[in-house]
Amino acid sequence: MLVGSLLRGKTKWIACIAPAVGLTLFLVLLVPAAKPASTQSEEAVNQHYLSPIEMAFSPDGHLLYVVCQASDELRIVDLSSGKVLSTVPVGHVPRGIVRSPDGRQIYVTNAWADTVSVIDATTLKVVRTLPTGFEPTGIVCDKSGKTLYIANRLSSDISVIDISTGQEIKRLLAGRGASYLALSADGRWVYGTHIYPNAGAFRTQPNSEITIIDTVRQAVVERKRLHNAAGVFHVALSGDGKLGVAAQLRPKNLIPLAHVEHGWAFGDSLTLFGDDIGGTLQVPIDELDRYYALPWGVAFTPDKSKLFVTTAGSESVTVIDVQKLLAFAKARRQLSSNLANDLSASANYVTARISVGRNPRGALLSQDNKRLYVANRLDDNISVIDTSTDKVISTIDLGGPKTINALRRGEQLFFTADYAFQGQFGCANCHLDATIDGLQWDLEPDGFGKDIVDNRSLESLAGTEPFKWNGGNPDMPTECGPRTEKFFYRSQSYTPQQLTDLVSFVYSLPYRPNRYRLPNGDLTPAQERGKAIFERTKYKSGKPISEKNQCAYCHSGPKYTNQQQVDVGTGKSTDRSPVIDVPQLPNVAYSAPYLHDGSARSLEEIWTVFNPKDTHGVSNDLTKDELNDLIEYLKTL
Amino acid sequence: MKMTSKIRSATLVVLMVTLLAHVLAIAQDMPRFRWENFTTANGLPDNHVFCVLVDGDLIWAGTENGLGLYENGAWKTFRPAGGLAHQAVLSLALDKRTGDLWVGTMGGLSRISASRIDNFTQLNSGLSNDIVYGVGVQGDFIWTATAAGASRLNTRTGQWALFNERNTPMYEIWTYAVSPGEDKVYYAVWGGGVLEYDVKTERWKDYNDPDGENQLVLMKDQGLIHEITTSVSYVDKILWVATYFGASRYDGRYWHNFLQKDSGLPSNFLNQIKAVDANRAWFSTDKGLAYYDGTNWSVYRPALDTHKPEMLVRDAAGVIKKIAVQSAPAHNYILGVDFQGDDLWVATAKGLSHGIRQGGSSKVAQTKTDSAKAAQLAQAPKLVQK
Repeated sequence: MLVGSLLRGKTKWIACIAPAVGLTLFLVLLVPAAKPASTQSEEAVNQHYLSPIEMAFSPDGHLLYVVCQASDELRIVDLSSGKVLSTVPVGHVPRGIVRSPDGRQIYVTNAWADTVSVIDATTLKVVRTLPTGFEPTGIVCDKSGKTLYIANRLSSDISVIDISTGQEIKRLLAGRGASYLALSADGRWVYGTHIYPNAGAFRTQPNSEITIIDTVRQAVVERKRLHNAAGVFHVALSGDGKLGVAAQLRPKNLIPLAHVEHGWAFGDSLTLFGDDIGGTLQVPIDELDRYYALPWGVAFTPDKSKLFVTTAGSESVTVIDVQKLLAFAKARRQLSSNLANDLSASANYVTARISVGRNPRGALLSQDNKRLYVANRLDDNISVIDTSTDKVISTIDLGGPKTINALRRGEQLFFTADYAFQGQFGCANCHLDATIDGLQWDLEPDGFGKDIVDNRSLESLAGTEPFKWNGGNPDMPTECGPRTEKFFYRSQSYTPQQLTDLVSFVYSLPYRPNRYRLPNGDLTPAQERGKAIFERTKYKSGKPISEKNQCAYCHSGPKYTNQQQVDVGTGKSTDRSPVIDVPQLPNVAYSAPYLHDGSARSLEEIWTVFNPKDTHGVSNDLTKDELNDLIEYLKTL
Repeated sequence: MKMTSKIRSATLVVLMVTLLAHVLAIAQDMPRFRWENFTTANGLPDNHVFCVLVDGDLIWAGTENGLGLYENGAWKTFRPAGGLAHQAVLSLALDKRTGDLWVGTMGGLSRISASRIDNFTQLNSGLSNDIVYGVGVQGDFIWTATAAGASRLNTRTGQWALFNERNTPMYEIWTYAVSPGEDKVYYAVWGGGVLEYDVKTERWKDYNDPDGENQLVLMKDQGLIHEITTSVSYVDKILWVATYFGASRYDGRYWHNFLQKDSGLPSNFLNQIKAVDANRAWFSTDKGLAYYDGTNWSVYRPALDTHKPEMLVRDAAGVIKKIAVQSAPAHNYILGVDFQGDDLWVATAKGLSHGIRQGGSSKVAQTKTDSAKAAQLAQAPKLVQK
């Protein structure tokens, strides 16, 4: 998806990739087997990948509407011929789709444009574009066809939009990273899930929620707490409304990750809820010696006989016998309070694992329930599965490039869990959709609770070296290569070419749009005042601030980092060293929590709690207004 | 002369009878209540109740030691152990669009949204100060009155704006209450009069006592009654103000002030004022709860001397009639009031009182009981585990 957005402007792409080209040149010298970077970039410029991610049917079931995230378009597939009939350009980075109940409109969320494209299903033209919150993702239309509900990932809320006026009626509070929505069969309830955990106390188990909206009141009426879940993806309801399921990750981030061969880093699981369950119950889909990473899309057969789960990191679809699952859940839930960690459990209800394409995401059952369609995001095709035999019977080519360039290869490596011990996890497990996971990890094998580190953003990393919070990795090949292969994955190493591809992909990740800048690029008065504070060289008393304690000294240059390691007094007694790599600041608003260990839950706490002696810049002579101004400015970077 | 005297006496009797009949008629019109009182004995978190808010069938009571929720005949308590910012709850506001409850405490601002509690403090957010005396909802904005000025949270962007002596005419920063309307937002500034924010122009204006800080009222009805303001209520484009030295009503051009000596107020010491509409309001005083219907007054309290239930009615001529009643609010030190249809809920220094409407012809509250909404509230999602 990100690659595609880069490819539209050659100049822009070259600007973004230039540092990576330098790096890959370095790798050519370091790793002779790697393909020359110049060849890769030429390839990349010439490719235009699609990255299908979500789908919907036309009312008669003959057409499949496919959201293509990287090409910013909707592709219309004739299911009888398996051919792409037409293409509809939509907004930037489309992510979600829903059809109006009468089938006349198709609604597509555009995550990086903060809009919804309204498409006339007859003319296949965008007829309206509606504003939403930040990074709209999942979308449902109520049963009357009058109201849209849209999950906004970055503003962590749900837009309620009156379709007739196009106006957003209200914004409902969701959990952090609101992303996927499902409408109950009777149309009364909307269920929402979130890819990031809700904010919680430092060094406690993460929690997420399923947000339940009453479509009559258009208000949130319940939040089902998902204990120890962080990274919750698609949610679906059975036809009778008695069973709900959400696909999710259960991270083991509080104890050292290094010995992954001694236990899982992530549990891939489902949360079951509803009358069939009586509360909520988390169940694993992994096996004792094999993991099915990143469970993402879910689809029920209407008779509740089967449940299909795409596993985005394992290139497969897990098939579950729902009745066996319910029977097992009923028998075991009284015996085990932690069923989700019992990896022997899945043998009781998982009936098949179907290999599909790379990074399978959306799953959609045909109206006659005989076919399951799976969007293989990084293969630009759709797997068609016979639901009676659980076999792939055909693959629909969506018309993407036939050659795979370095960036695409790198992206495929980034999203697969194939390289880790037992297929446990991949880069994208922690860097969800190439972002963060909102978690703090105990990575090193140095004892429990030592050197806790917050997950850092991957946006536009070129020029921010070295890496790791202690600056221990001088370059990306070190970060992604030996550190990841040997330290985390404990399994298969990348070839030199693969490492080069992966590094190229990571370096290609651009900044997401910043929502805090005014459209014309100007700063608001508060942001202007904050900029002056950021750049000040004197205390308010007039006394000079030492150069190294000025904000703009360490946070300098185009990425707001001088790429040095310094002690700013934020080290903890559990850290081996208080010396911290100066982080870049662009889009800092999106990456809470803060400081190297994530102990500051908000930007404010960096200074109100963790800077008592003015060692991390001078902040103690600021009024509350001035600190607010500084933060408003930081959000614009 | 005798004849004249008889005529005079007869006339006087007639007049008195007429007057009595008139007062009795007024008394019949003024709202009467049967009071049910809640204390810790029947589940209230604490007897010192700072504020009360009605949300359909739900009653929220902010007390000195926890936030109480009265639902289906039982109390549930929220305290810091359950996630609330602080146990002392000073103010409450409901976002009617979303159902989210905003809770001002002595340790920050809490948002309760479908049982999830998020806290905003001066350390973890842009909130100006942790002592949140007042809170109000205006669309996507949450306005707070704190011990260090006013704050406004934009719930869509997370951005905070602070208003204090540096960017408003607020010469005291101890803001005590806020009442947001569509066009104006009003602040009661304790010791600093009233501040008005114009939504369209984004400009601030202050209203002060023309007598300055003088306790004497030299110029009645020429401005705000006193600088020590405790509460504002902006309804139907009319501003009502409570102070420790009387109350004021302002229609945008003229001020009218209410004092104990020339109105039905039982005291000049007011903790809260809550308007019904442009002409009617409820007054929470240290000597009982008062209601003004635009002409006449009524007071509800335990009698100051005997502590027996008391209801007083005062007509426009100043004639006061005592009405026989069987019950009264829990205490005469009243801190706040909210409406539930024709019923009242009253925060007092010694318990929470439910005034169940018994009689009187005029409607006294802003909101009607919405039976449809209540029915919706009662219906839980099929998949919700209760």
